[in-house]
Amino acid sequence: MLNIQNLTSGYGESRVLNGLDLTVPKGQIVAIMGRNGMGKTTLMKSLMGIVQATDGTVAVDGTPVGGMKSHARVANGLAYVPQGRQIFSAMTVEENVETGLTVTGRKTVPANIYDLFPVLVDMKHRRGGNLSGGQQQQLAIARAMASDPKVLLLDEPTEGIQPSIIREMARTLRRIRDEHGLTIVVSEQVLSFALDVADRVLVLEKGALVHDSPRAGIDEAHVSKFLSV
Amino acid sequence: MFSGYSLPELGAIFAMQGFAGLILFSVFVLMALGLAIIFGQMGVINMAHGEFMILGAYVTYLVSQAFATYAPALFGAYFFVAMVLAFCASGLLGMFVEWAIIRHLYKRPLDTLLATWGLSLILQQSFRSLFGAREVGVTIPSWMMGSLPLTDLIEVPINGIFVMVLALGISAAVYVMMFKSGWGRQVRAVTQNRTMAGAVGIDTERTDRLTFGIGCGVAGIAGAAFTMIGSTGPTSGQAYIVDTFLVVVFGGAASLLGTIASAFSISQAQSILEFFLSGSMAKVITLLVVVGILMLRPQGLFSIKLRK
Ligand SMILES: Nc1ncnc2c1ncn2[C@@H]1O[C@H](COP(=O)(O)OP(=O)(O)OP(=O)(O)O)[C@@H](O)[C@H]1O
Ligand SMILES: [Mg+2]
Repeated sequence: MLNIQNLTSGYGESRVLNGLDLTVPKGQIVAIMGRNGMGKTTLMKSLMGIVQATDGTVAVDGTPVGGMKSHARVANGLAYVPQGRQIFSAMTVEENVETGLTVTGRKTVPANIYDLFPVLVDMKHRRGGNLSGGQQQQLAIARAMASDPKVLLLDEPTEGIQPSIIREMARTLRRIRDEHGLTIVVSEQVLSFALDVADRVLVLEKGALVHDSPRAGIDEAHVSKFLSV
Repeated sequence: MFSGYSLPELGAIFAMQGFAGLILFSVFVLMALGLAIIFGQMGVINMAHGEFMILGAYVTYLVSQAFATYAPALFGAYFFVAMVLAFCASGLLGMFVEWAIIRHLYKRPLDTLLATWGLSLILQQSFRSLFGAREVGVTIPSWMMGSLPLTDLIEVPINGIFVMVLALGISAAVYVMMFKSGWGRQVRAVTQNRTMAGAVGIDTERTDRLTFGIGCGVAGIAGAAFTMIGSTGPTSGQAYIVDTFLVVVFGGAASLLGTIASAFSISQAQSILEFFLSGSMAKVITLLVVVGILMLRPQGLFSIKLRK
């Protein structure tokens, strides 16, 4: 469903990703682990076309999206929940979700999106900027879901969120995968969340994937060694 | 400066000058609206905004001429046709300019300032070549002439009321589009976070072009209104651009209501002071007061409160 080959990207002269390869089959949840500054956000931004890749190919469901602008990538099935959420703070919750509808041509938000996040229903008319961090995170996921994606990218969704909500989020993401048949790529630093949510765990270090194993039978100690400084 | 007038006389002067300021108010509102939308979304300060207005004024002039020549019986209605055509002409030119120049300069605010300033000079020269250096004026249709006597001392000019209703109507329409339509939602999303707007699927470039076009189109309508208070010359737009910046900054760039309130207070202050003092003295005082208020409230009159 998501096929990345030799992805190379960075900022100006400094290279962050060095020829990264990754294939994610339909319906799989992949967690990409990595310490601060290892290139998780850069990977997400390169996939979305926010940072221009200097080399390599990205394909979604067989369609190469490499040279496309962000909005065209969304139209081809990518959706993005950025680190720090970046909701539109002066717009209402409802309008925030509606911005995601743009590529679908729909006028109203499908009800099943609010089913996933009941908290948002009561807050439809509040400004996004006045929500708590956890609520904003849910809003950012709902907004991404509104574009009817095939592949959902989440960049450190647990950052700054309390443990009970983190477990809840893992359940929600698995539910989204089950109900919508979505492919999910989530970057993480919290191993317990990754083990909760993912079918497969990868480790990103210095711009390359240095570890790749299925959730079942994973060597936790080995992975956490990558994450400790 | 008020000595020598009795109290009822003063009241009447204030009211009359106030009504006389209505057209000025309308022109300010429409100009500021366009400027603020464009600045809000793209961070582009359009120095050529005055020329887009004058383009609308020339279109209005041409339409009035055409009606006078070919359909004198319908002359009373020319203004409505002129307004629509003024919007289209300025809007299309705006979209073309965005495509040809502005979009290449989005990350260079100083260069857009220079480029749009250059554009304003080019447009002025084009007007001079096309329409001549002499100012032209329209004949106001007879139903818009004259005024309604309110009391013995106070009269209200009909064209003032008409143009103001028009300006408020257009502002309301823009407001509704901004807050209720899909386009408006996209504009606001791009205004707040361009990168993220793209990443949720909004075609930011198309939105930019459309927004630039609409902003310039509204300036064109301002030009149509302008023909009611002044004669149109190649450089007439220059006098308005500074006032319009003032209105936008004073109102708080992000607030439509602020823009209207600010346009109202500035145009009224100017119009009323002009009666008692010279025009330039009136401008000096208005400017000083605005600068004073902005020192106390740098964010402008209105702004939204949000957690950052
Ligand atoms: N805009 C930028 N310009 C230049 N260098 C950048 C920029 N953004 C990130 N970098 C560098 O790229 C490298 C990878 O950063 P990135 O944000 O992808 O890391 P990350 O894995 O997401 O880290 P974190 O866990 O802290 O979010 C870092 O060395 C960082 O300093
Ligand atoms: Mg990051």
